[in-house]
Amino acid sequence: MGIFALILAFVLSLSQAFFGLAGAWKTKPVWMAVARPAVNGQFVFVAAAFACLVYCFVTDDFSVLYVARNSNTQLPLFYKVAALWGAHEGSLLLWILILSIWSVAVGAFSRQLPVSFQSRVLGVMGLISAGFMLFTLWTSDPFLRLMPAASDGADLNPVLQDFALAIHPPMLYTGYVGFSVAFAFAIAAMLEGRLDQTWAKWTRPWTIFAWMFQTIGIALGSWWAYYELGWGGWWFWDPVENASFMPWLAGTALIHSLSVTEKRGIFKSWTLLLAIFAFSLSLVGTFLVRSGVLVSVHSFATDPTRGLYILAFLVVTIGGSLTLYAWRAPKLYAPGGFQLWSREFFLLVNNVILAGVAALVLWGTLSPLVYELLGIGKISVGPPVFAVMFLVPVLPLMVFLAIGMHSAWRRGKLTSAARPLGWLLGAALALALIIQGVVFGQFHAVGLIGFTFGFWVIFSALLEPLRRWRQKQALTSALLGMCIAHLGVGMFAIGASGVESYKIEKDVALKPGGSFDIAGYDFRFVSAVNVRGPNYDAVEALMEVTRAGRPVAILKPQKRHFWVQQTDNSQAAISVNWARDLFVAMGNPLGADAWSMRIQYKPLVRYIWLGALVMAIGGCVAATDRRYRVKAAATVPAATGAPPNAEPKPGIA
Amino acid sequence: MTPRRKRMMVVLGILGGVAASVSLAVMASRENIMFYYDPSQVATGKAPATKRFRIGGMVVKGSVRRAPGDLQVRFVLTDFAHDVPVEYTGVLPDLFREGQGIIAHGTLNADGAFVADEVLAKHDEKYMPPEVAASLKNKGSRGASP
Repeated sequence: MGIFALILAFVLSLSQAFFGLAGAWKTKPVWMAVARPAVNGQFVFVAAAFACLVYCFVTDDFSVLYVARNSNTQLPLFYKVAALWGAHEGSLLLWILILSIWSVAVGAFSRQLPVSFQSRVLGVMGLISAGFMLFTLWTSDPFLRLMPAASDGADLNPVLQDFALAIHPPMLYTGYVGFSVAFAFAIAAMLEGRLDQTWAKWTRPWTIFAWMFQTIGIALGSWWAYYELGWGGWWFWDPVENASFMPWLAGTALIHSLSVTEKRGIFKSWTLLLAIFAFSLSLVGTFLVRSGVLVSVHSFATDPTRGLYILAFLVVTIGGSLTLYAWRAPKLYAPGGFQLWSREFFLLVNNVILAGVAALVLWGTLSPLVYELLGIGKISVGPPVFAVMFLVPVLPLMVFLAIGMHSAWRRGKLTSAARPLGWLLGAALALALIIQGVVFGQFHAVGLIGFTFGFWVIFSALLEPLRRWRQKQALTSALLGMCIAHLGVGMFAIGASGVESYKIEKDVALKPGGSFDIAGYDFRFVSAVNVRGPNYDAVEALMEVTRAGRPVAILKPQKRHFWVQQTDNSQAAISVNWARDLFVAMGNPLGADAWSMRIQYKPLVRYIWLGALVMAIGGCVAATDRRYRVKAAATVPAATGAPPNAEPKPGIA
Repeated sequence: MTPRRKRMMVVLGILGGVAASVSLAVMASRENIMFYYDPSQVATGKAPATKRFRIGGMVVKGSVRRAPGDLQVRFVLTDFAHDVPVEYTGVLPDLFREGQGIIAHGTLNADGAFVADEVLAKHDEKYMPPEVAASLKNKGSRGASP
C-alpha cells in the first residue's frame, strides 16, 4: 500500500519537475499549470505513504521489517509514532513528507509571483524530492516485508524514548528542508536570469522560517543530549551536531545577506552562493549522518550503497548548481559599492565571519577523513579544537553585531542611537564583573569576555526599541524581530560562557546515607528503591539537596533497564531555576550498596536554549513583517519585471 | 587616501584577521587532535608515552575489577593480539559491558597501563566503533568475530 503511494508520488514529482522546468523554458503556460496540481498530488500520496507507516507502527504490524526493528508492543503510543523517525528509512520518509509540505506551501503562497518563476521553483523542488524518493525506493524502503512476521518488535532504542527527541527530528528536518526553498528560489532566479530586490523579498521570509525551525531543532537536540545522552554536556562538536550546525551558520549568513540584497540590490551573487551552500550543507549533513563515514553518537547502521547514492546526489546537486552559478551569476552582477561603516559593511563582516566559521567547522569535521585517506593516521578532532575555532571568530562577530545594529544603510555613519554604546560597554563590563565577583565569587577570563559582550549585545539590541517606545514611534516587526533575535544571541553568549566557566562536574561513589558537597549544595543520597515503568524496571535514588541547611530540591534520578533491548539507560534528575541547574545522574552499582553518581552544578545553562528560542521567536516576528505580505500582493502587476521602489529606511534590518 | 582605497584597506584588514584566526585555530588543533592506536600498537611501544591519545578494543570478559564501593575500575582491552590494562575513575557509560567494543581517551602511565579520563561506548549494543572493528578484523586470526 504505502509503497504504491510512494511510487505514485515519485512519478508525480518527476512530472512536477519536468513540467515546471520545461514549461518555463519553452514558455508553455499549460505545462506550467500542471506543476502545481502535481505538487498537491505528490503531497497527497506522500502523506498517504506516511500515514500507512504510522498505521503500521500504531497497530504493531511486525510483518513490516522497519516496524519490527524499531518498535515494540510495550512501547507507549506516543513513542510508537515517534519511532517512525527513529531510524534511517522512516526519517527519510519524514524528510520527503516535510519537503512536500514545503512544496505545497510554496505553491499556495506564491501565486502572486510570476508564473514562470513559480513553476521553475516548483520544478526544482520536484527534482529534489524525486531524488530523495528514488533514494528511498531504491536503497531504503521502509515498507519491506518481513516473512514470517516477527512476534514482537526489537523496540526503539531507549535513549530515543524521550519527548524532546521525539520532536527534534521533525523540527530539524523542517529547517534542513526549508533551505531547499531558498535553494530552489536561487536556481529559479538563475534560470530566469533575473535577480532583483523583489526576489530577495520573496526569498527572505521562507529562509527565515526555515532558519527558525532549524534553530529550534538544534536547540532541542542540544537539550536532549544534555539531560539524556551526554551526562550534562550541551554540545559535543560531534559530526552529526556539526552537520546541523553548518547549514545553520550558512542560513544565518544567508538571512543577513538577503537583507542587503533586498534593501540595496547588491551582494547578489554572494547571496545566491549562500543559498546554494546552505542547502548543500544540509545535504552534506545528511550524507555524513546516513553514510556512517564518520564516527558519531548518532551513527545509524551503515550501508555503502546509501552513502554512495547520497554522495552522487550531492555531487550532482552541488556540481550542477555551482556550474549554473558560474554560468549565470556574472549576468546578474549589479554594480554598486557601499561605504565603510555602513549597514552593508557590517553585514558583509557578519557574512565573512559566519562563512569562515562554517568553513572551519566543516574542516574540523572532515579532517579525520582526510587524515585517514592520506594515511597519516586515525585522529579525532575534539571539543577543545572546535571551541577555539568557534570562539576566536565569534568574539569579533559580537562586537560588530553590537555596533552594526545601529549603522545606517548607504551612509558610513552610525545612527544617533549608537551614542550610548560606549558607556554601555562599560556598564556591561561592570555588570559582568559584579556577577562574577558577587554571585560566583571567582573571576574567570573567558567567562568575563562572554558576559561582557553578551550584556553589551543585549543592551544594544534594546536601545532602538526603547528609543522608539519613548518617542512613541512605530516599531516595525522586522526591526523588533531583529532586536529580539539579537537579544537571544546575547542570552546564548551569557549562558554558554557562564556554564563553561563555572560548571562543576564530579563523579562520586555514594552509599545510602552518604552525601557530597558541590558549589555550596549538599547532595545526600537517602535511599534507592526499585520502581517499574511501562516498558522498563528501574532503580530510583532519592537525593535530598540542601544549601546551608535549607532544603533546595528532592531529586530522583533513575537507572532504567529496558526489557526488550536488555539495555540500561540512566535518567538524570535535574533541579532547574533561573540561575542554575543541579544535575544528578546514576552510574552503575559499585558493590557494597554504593552507586557511582555524576553530580553537576551548571550555572546559567538554561540561557543557552532560551537564547536559541528567543532567536527563533525573533525570526518569526521578523518574517511576519507587513512588507512581505503587502509587497507580495502588490507584485501581481510587477510580473513583467518592474521592481517596487521601496526606499530603504535607515536603521531597519 | 580615497574612500575606496580606505574601504579596501579595512576589508583587507578584516580578511587578514580572519586568516590569522583560522591559522591560529589550525595550529591549536595540531596540539589537540588525538590519534587512535589499537592495543597492539600500544603493547609494541608505537603509542606516544606522554601525549593523550585514544585507544579502542574489546573489553575482555571477566577482566572488569573494582574494590567494592570504589569509583576506580580496572579492565583489560584487547584486539585479540595484544592486551592493554586500563584504569578509569568515574562513571562508566550505560552501554559499557564486558565483551563490548569501547574507546577510551587518556595517557599511558609508567607501568604501561592506560589511564583513561573518558570512556565511550556507543548507543547501539550491536555497534562497534569503526576503528575497533578495523583493528579487530586485522588481528582476527585468533577466531574473533569482527
